[in-house]
Amino acid sequence: MPGTSSHSAMTSRSSERFGKWLVSAPPLVYLLFFFAIPSLIMVLASFRTPGEFGGLSPLVEDGRLDLNLDSYVRFFTESVYAQIFVKSVWYALLTTLFCLLLAYPLAALIARSPKKYRDLLLLLVILPFWSNFLIRIYAWMIILGPNAAMARAVNGVLSWFGHEPVALLFSSFAVLVCLVYVHLPFMVLPLYANLEKHDQALLDAAQDLGANGWQRFRRITFPLSLPGVYAGAALVFIPALGIFAIPDILGGPEDSLIGNIIKQQFLETRDWPFGSVLSIVLTVAALVLAGLAAWVGRSQLGTRSSGALSRA
Amino acid sequence: MALLEIQNVSRRFGDFTAVDQVSIAIEAGEFFTLLGPSGCGKTTLLRMIAGFDLPDDGRILLNGEDLADRPPEQRPVRTVFQSYALFPHMSVEGNIAFPLQMAKTPAAEVPAKVQAALEDVRLIGFGKRYPHELSGGQKQRVAIGRALVTHPAVLLLDEPLAALDAKLREEMQIELINLQKEVGITFVYVTHDQTEALALSHRIAVMNKGRVEQLDQPAKIYSFPTSRFVADFIGKCNLLEGPVTASGNGVVTIDAEGLGPVRVASSAAVTGGKSGAIALRPEKIRVATSTSAVGATIAEPDRRPEAKPDGRSDTESNNHFRGTVTDHLYLGDVTVYIVSTPQGCKLETLLANSGAGRTKFFEVGDAVEMSWSVDAGHFIS
Repeated sequence: MPGTSSHSAMTSRSSERFGKWLVSAPPLVYLLFFFAIPSLIMVLASFRTPGEFGGLSPLVEDGRLDLNLDSYVRFFTESVYAQIFVKSVWYALLTTLFCLLLAYPLAALIARSPKKYRDLLLLLVILPFWSNFLIRIYAWMIILGPNAAMARAVNGVLSWFGHEPVALLFSSFAVLVCLVYVHLPFMVLPLYANLEKHDQALLDAAQDLGANGWQRFRRITFPLSLPGVYAGAALVFIPALGIFAIPDILGGPEDSLIGNIIKQQFLETRDWPFGSVLSIVLTVAALVLAGLAAWVGRSQLGTRSSGALSRA
Repeated sequence: MALLEIQNVSRRFGDFTAVDQVSIAIEAGEFFTLLGPSGCGKTTLLRMIAGFDLPDDGRILLNGEDLADRPPEQRPVRTVFQSYALFPHMSVEGNIAFPLQMAKTPAAEVPAKVQAALEDVRLIGFGKRYPHELSGGQKQRVAIGRALVTHPAVLLLDEPLAALDAKLREEMQIELINLQKEVGITFVYVTHDQTEALALSHRIAVMNKGRVEQLDQPAKIYSFPTSRFVADFIGKCNLLEGPVTASGNGVVTIDAEGLGPVRVASSAAVTGGKSGAIALRPEKIRVATSTSAVGATIAEPDRRPEAKPDGRSDTESNNHFRGTVTDHLYLGDVTVYIVSTPQGCKLETLLANSGAGRTKFFEVGDAVEMSWSVDAGHFIS
């Protein structure tokens, strides 16, 4: 009967909806308690007054609500913070650029290698994740240390030219090298995922139509890989912007980034409102830049990307 | 001198010989088709002409020049790929302009050439669209326009119509013939579809197992197949096999299995006793309701008197046999009747349903007489 079937269809549809909620509820609850609420607490903290011995002074004092813009005013008036902020963006951009330059050939190589080796090569790319993040940073202390082979080689060459020896460790060089090293897999993986789907027939067609190797890359492979480039750039740029452990361990006194200042505000200076302001500015900046990249990406690819990777 | 000369070309992949000692000469302005089943080597041959693969032996000459040292991008040869291979991130105009840009055509000349190519393939007004906004037939036209815009010496087409539905395919076939006439570029066309090959080509090379089985004009290939493979592959064909019992006077007689003596016009000098075959197209067989009594005489094939020495009389030059309709297949314009002889030979026959309101001439079980003239079949030694 038609009535029965439509009734059972409705029940199955509502039970399907219930099932969806059941599956998505735990992550939603998790995000609510450990992301949304803490973020709101941080926003609120940014408008409060620091306590005399750190932390926050009472929200309500003498019957009035103590909320002010003092910490925001401080960020925008003391130029040192804006400078550190700009430097952090610059480091993150450099990290993204070097990651892209290193990861692109690597991802292309993996995507073009025989299928049976691809999984192994990908495993090698993510292998560093198997050891602790901090341990890997400390390892760079040894690699770049003054008595290690690299520093000796570099200074040996420099002394040939009568140049004073330089320290590799505790420098912006060390910070950048490690930033690139840590974030490289995040660029390789989305690029590989994109390049692996490219249709060889398009390259054959381009070659048949007169394009040499470089022209095939510039006109076909690279434009079609842009979604992967954008994804990788976002995955590298955003974490690189907020990192503090690497400058802490490998950087010199001049290499403090915005992440270090935030950590300092919370753990050392104990100025929670100002730390909150810095965090909010960082988050907003990351969101704006990511949104801008997505917008540029979409307007460049347009609706064309929909069929870009299908084999037609 | 032929425009494109393939001389003794072989290509081996391990133990497998994909292309085996193939020699073909293709003339300028020709619509040439490589026809064969999948795995016959036709696509490998095409890829070697394009430069994506190199022959192990032999040479490929274009205008007398050996192409061996030229990579694909430096050959004046363009390919239309089966999957079209349109660049998804470029508009139709961008796709067609691409080979012009690669050829360093002055930017000012590009738009006019793109427009001319769009006109050639009837896509005026589609220039700003992107490949995913086009139908299969339109994509096909873009691929052809893109390959033709630089006026290559040879256009290679790799099963270009395979992905289109039957009606569109026929339309595109007609357009391809007209386009080829219009632009006058040599087409080398690869297909496994024998009707397509017959419809389009000036000449066809039928390939099997890496070798060219027969190379000729479509009508010759259809009417006079030189091998059992060609007879069987091109169109429907009855192959009547048996030992040769007589030959001479331009007529060969074979004792066809399950049928009896069958006479066929052939100038071939064959010694008796050697086995041979007659390729007989279904539409060449005349079928009529049996005039003699059904049942009693059907055990014996209808034997007419032996031919007189001159062998010219129409009735006497005909082959006559009786049989029973065992199956029929109504195809709309024609009906296929399978007729079995008492000795178990099955012949495929064909009758056009041209009579008004006529859907069928015979039913299963009907006794029928088949006849065909000596020159209806073709003798294959």
